[in-house]
Amino acid sequence: MKIVEVLGPGCNNCRRLEAVAREAVAIAGVEAEIRHVTDYAEIVAHGVMSTPGLVIDGKVVSVGRIPSADDIAAWLVTA
Amino acid sequence: MTALPMRRAHVPFRVVAPVVVVGWFAAWFVNLPLANWAAYDLLGLEQGSHVGDAVAFFLLDVPKVLLLLLGIMTVVSFLRSYFPPERMRAALAGRGTLPATVGAAAFGVVTPFCSCSAVPLFIGFVEAGIPMGVTFAFLISSPMVNEVALVLLWGLFGPGIALLYMGAGLAVAIVGGLVLGRLPLEKWIEPWVLAVRAGGGATSLDLRLSVEQRLRDAWTTTRDLVRKVLLYVIIGIGIGAFIHGFVPMELIAQIGGRDNPFAVPIVVAIAIPLYSNAAGTIPIVEALLGKGLPLGTTLAFMMAIVAISLPEFVILRRVMKIRLMVAFAAVVVTGILAVGFLFNALGL
Repeated sequence: MKIVEVLGPGCNNCRRLEAVAREAVAIAGVEAEIRHVTDYAEIVAHGVMSTPGLVIDGKVVSVGRIPSADDIAAWLVTA
Repeated sequence: MTALPMRRAHVPFRVVAPVVVVGWFAAWFVNLPLANWAAYDLLGLEQGSHVGDAVAFFLLDVPKVLLLLLGIMTVVSFLRSYFPPERMRAALAGRGTLPATVGAAAFGVVTPFCSCSAVPLFIGFVEAGIPMGVTFAFLISSPMVNEVALVLLWGLFGPGIALLYMGAGLAVAIVGGLVLGRLPLEKWIEPWVLAVRAGGGATSLDLRLSVEQRLRDAWTTTRDLVRKVLLYVIIGIGIGAFIHGFVPMELIAQIGGRDNPFAVPIVVAIAIPLYSNAAGTIPIVEALLGKGLPLGTTLAFMMAIVAISLPEFVILRRVMKIRLMVAFAAVVVTGILAVGFLFNALGL
């Protein structure tokens, strides 16, 4: 079970990233829980300065951009 | 569903890029003759008539603005991806106040930044021990000297006005940052900001992206932006076309002329609620400038549109006390008014 966290205060890009992450979970066919982290203190605790950020199992894999669903799926499989 | 979803056909990047570049230049050069031909020959409107000039302006500007946004914005967004906030923080940390403030203002031009990142960026800077005035220089310059405004100013008004705008914007950001840095900012910040500890996760500097990924991101960003502003652009160009064709020069000179000391504050007040519609407003400004609106008034209008954003203020309220928000807004507005009056006084 993977934990996928989308870091972002709730702007458009963050919501888009969340949708892409859901798509990626379906592509990868893994079991994953997607959390949307909007709390600034928690976002900053990951060392992220540009949102949206993406965290898989506690590891920051992307910041300040929306990766493609395929890229995220690949991270889900390898991470 | 066992099979992977259908993939889109993947045309190699080195095939797509040259085709797009050639197509863009072809469209750019054919735009003016085509617009004139459509307005004056195809529609049979008279050259120099009110309707004819308005229609020609519209037919010329819609493709022109779209080409500028789609083409140049993609290139600019691509270049900006090499200047993430982490790079700026590393470059500014440990420098003196003046060089750091100037540097932060300059980074505001190139660092990709969306206002939803304002709070994490603010905290990241505080953590690195960068003086808060420096952070303000960035927060002022980033929206003011933004890429949409610069690209459109360059494309529609030429490099002279675009560079003047950039210089004036940087000056406001640097002076604003230095002034705000003199205030007792630690007391004017919400206490939780100083208490929060930033972790050392991976940053965009560690997460290297390929050139193709950066270009694809740049294209996605640009496409989303154009989708968002398209309607406003068309409305803006429509208004611009009306002004260009129908509004007499004397009227603009009378209302917005250099002799009217209230012109600059009035345009600034009008501009504030227009935030984020830089793309839609610049064609109106283009028509007004063509009708003799003085440059200082024009620059102040442009700056106020992009620099003062209600949504960003709502976000920054999370880290700043009201006192600081008021000081921040006052400094920015004063700077913009100063630019307007100065350029008008110089008689440019």
